[in-house]
Amino acid sequence: MTPDLRRRIFDLVVWIGSLVVAGGLLAGEALAERARPVADNSAYRTECGACHVAFPPSLLPATAWRAQMASLARHYGVDASVDAAAAREIGAFLDANAGRDRGVATATGEPPRITTSGWFVREHREAANAIRTSATVKSASNCGACHPAADRGQFDEHAVRVPRS
Amino acid sequence: MQPLSPTFAILALASLVWMPNAAYAAPRDLLAGYEAAARQAAPAFAGFSAARGARFFQEPHGGEWSCATCHTPAPITAGKHARTGKAIAPLAPGANPERFADAASAEKWFRRNCNDVLGRECTALEKGDVLTWLISLK
Repeated sequence: MTPDLRRRIFDLVVWIGSLVVAGGLLAGEALAERARPVADNSAYRTECGACHVAFPPSLLPATAWRAQMASLARHYGVDASVDAAAAREIGAFLDANAGRDRGVATATGEPPRITTSGWFVREHREAANAIRTSATVKSASNCGACHPAADRGQFDEHAVRVPRS
Repeated sequence: MQPLSPTFAILALASLVWMPNAAYAAPRDLLAGYEAAARQAAPAFAGFSAARGARFFQEPHGGEWSCATCHTPAPITAGKHARTGKAIAPLAPGANPERFADAASAEKWFRRNCNDVLGRECTALEKGDVLTWLISLK
């Protein structure tokens, strides 16, 4: 075996090895994203999940959740008030599991809406028209209309099904 | 495995026979509470009316929504939240035994939804009329 050939084989082995490692890392990350447990609380699911998906608490910062909890009697024009015990439990749950990334702090509105966050607008740019015009979707907050496992906190892009009407 | 005792078998069978009525026991208890409250509010109270309840349920009360907007005019079928589009299970206990099975939960939803539709809480008479109509739906 000439030194040149040995060199080529070595290069090839390093190449394939790098590919395998990189692929493994990517797949691991994707799996971790899919398997990451979503914070859950039965009072939160019952009270908030009755009218809309129980949004993962990590999608808004703690300040925004506190603003939500303080205005439930006029929740975007709807009475979503809860009793004192439920308010305490849900408030503590949201505080403990609120988002800490800078991205979630870009939500605006009174109180802040998840759907105004920079990342949300970017991720939904392609679907914005369908969301606006579909009678089934009605609202960008109706996650479950296109994300079948939204109730379980899963928003994988590959599972998205936008309704035709 | 041990064979089932005759007592157990009889109890199990009895519970099967009794179950369909159980779906209505809780709503009727709730209704009795509304009746006492309605009588106290107006001594001339002459009983709840399913027809009055049906009308109350269908008409808007000066606002954008009626009860039927989200619960459908025939609430033995599933409805849809007018704002978010989320599915709402049937409201009539005959179609959904979980409805009005828990008094605290029923009161909570009456409070929220009456505020949304009427801009105030409902009276015992209004709640009793609507519940009487809902129980009558098959």
